[in-house]
Amino acid sequence: MLTLTGVNKRYPTGDRALTDIDLNLPRGQVMALIGPSGAGKSTLIRCVNRLVEPTSGSIRLEETELTRLSGNALRRARRAMAMIFQEYALVDRLTVMENVLSGRLGYVGFWRSFTRRYPQEDIAEAFRLLDRVGLPHALDKRADALSGGQRQRVGIARALIQRPRLLLVDEPTASLDPKTSRQIMRLIRELCAERELAAIINIHDVALAQQFADRIVGLRAGEIVFDGKPHELDADTLTTIYGEEEWDTRVNEEDAESEPASAEPVPRMALATGGAS
Amino acid sequence: MPVSTSPQGTPIWRLRTTRSQWLGYLGWLAGACLFLLCWKVISDNTMWVFVEDAGRQGGDLISRMLPPQWAYAHRLWKPMWDTLNIATLGTLLGIAMAFPVAFLAARNTTPHPLVRSAALVIIVASRSINSLIWAMLLVTILGPGVLAGIIAIALRSIGFIGKLLYEAIEEIHPTPVEAISATGAGRMQVMSYGVLPQVMPAFAGISVYRWDINIRESTVLGLVGAGGIGLQLNAAINSLAWNQVSVIFVMIFVTVLASEWISARVRHAII
Repeated sequence: MLTLTGVNKRYPTGDRALTDIDLNLPRGQVMALIGPSGAGKSTLIRCVNRLVEPTSGSIRLEETELTRLSGNALRRARRAMAMIFQEYALVDRLTVMENVLSGRLGYVGFWRSFTRRYPQEDIAEAFRLLDRVGLPHALDKRADALSGGQRQRVGIARALIQRPRLLLVDEPTASLDPKTSRQIMRLIRELCAERELAAIINIHDVALAQQFADRIVGLRAGEIVFDGKPHELDADTLTTIYGEEEWDTRVNEEDAESEPASAEPVPRMALATGGAS
Repeated sequence: MPVSTSPQGTPIWRLRTTRSQWLGYLGWLAGACLFLLCWKVISDNTMWVFVEDAGRQGGDLISRMLPPQWAYAHRLWKPMWDTLNIATLGTLLGIAMAFPVAFLAARNTTPHPLVRSAALVIIVASRSINSLIWAMLLVTILGPGVLAGIIAIALRSIGFIGKLLYEAIEEIHPTPVEAISATGAGRMQVMSYGVLPQVMPAFAGISVYRWDINIRESTVLGLVGAGGIGLQLNAAINSLAWNQVSVIFVMIFVTVLASEWISARVRHAII
């Protein structure tokens, strides 16, 4: 459904963010994009909805060539691609309802949106979505009165009210605690299944990516270095993506014993970065 | 080098090198010399005979102001009302013109760099001319009266409100703007949903602050014939009626105090 061919991005500073990216995303597939900070994950999904202009290459969403659009055609294409942000990117001083309805801006004229007179079916859909993401009580609160997890739920509702075919998700859990992260990822996963949405999810947390994605793509320094099923990801591939590191998450008992200085036993830790455990 | 090693081998750190330390002292010396030189020039140009009896003259002026001729006050209500109107209507007009100019001048909302330059020229032109001078020009063009005062205040306010507002626009968080653009919203919709809510508190605060300044400025516009209590002030000074001048001073003082109090309360309520 989404096809990237030979996409390059070079920033005016001369930094090469993306090199020859070829990627094909079928309908309904949830793909996790992993890689170290600065590998170009954010740039890649921003090239798709043209918040960042790719330098060269072709990006097609179904029959539409996205890289050549401008003006109203770009607006129409953007309606089919919804984005979810790391820092939620809600408008703090607007209410939850206004934030959710802002997802319909691509469909509604300026005066209707300025005076907040949205079509009745949009309002009904906003109520349904707030209910679905678990925030039916919060619609009249201001967005900055919510907690991080609640704000991300509003962000998800705003994305879905666009009725998109593709979700672009940029580090949805980076500002959330582990439990909320799981809930948010599960919610995104379920909604993708319900509505047959394809999704690209940028994520730092490899364990979460393995748990919730159908497919994992590893990006390193702007190039795709891994593309496969979640279970194919092992310590070697993680080294290819991120560089040399001890990927086993269990604290090694021999290591703990070989440290004579530590009198107390080192507690066993299960970090959430598990590769080949 | 601030970092060096003592003969004992311990590292030494200082904020400045010896050289920059001495350059600093030299700079202070040069500054002090310049100050004394200026002092001398001013002193040579002053007629000290006049300054010597300044205390007596000042005392004399105050004695003529006292007691204020309170009966004169009833003739001041109308001009005071005019003054308030000049300030308020001028501010509203200024806001209406400054608001679009600020959006054109802010780097992140301007449609084109050339438009931005034009908007900045408007802001600078408005700011560089004092409202008293605007009033002088407008009295020549429009004739004396309240209208000239209102427009003078408005023209001066464009620069002030425009500059502070466009700086506020440039400081907004970019991510909500990105998010609104990503929904497929049009340019004006991005402004009204992504930018406007973020600058609203600053905008309200700036406007009230300017209104408060304009009350003070509009009290003197009458000196050049642009209406308000300044007309009475001018007349009283010209006829050497110092006990009326003191009544006007008291009235201006009370009005300015009240406007400061109101604007402080309003800003407190918004921010």
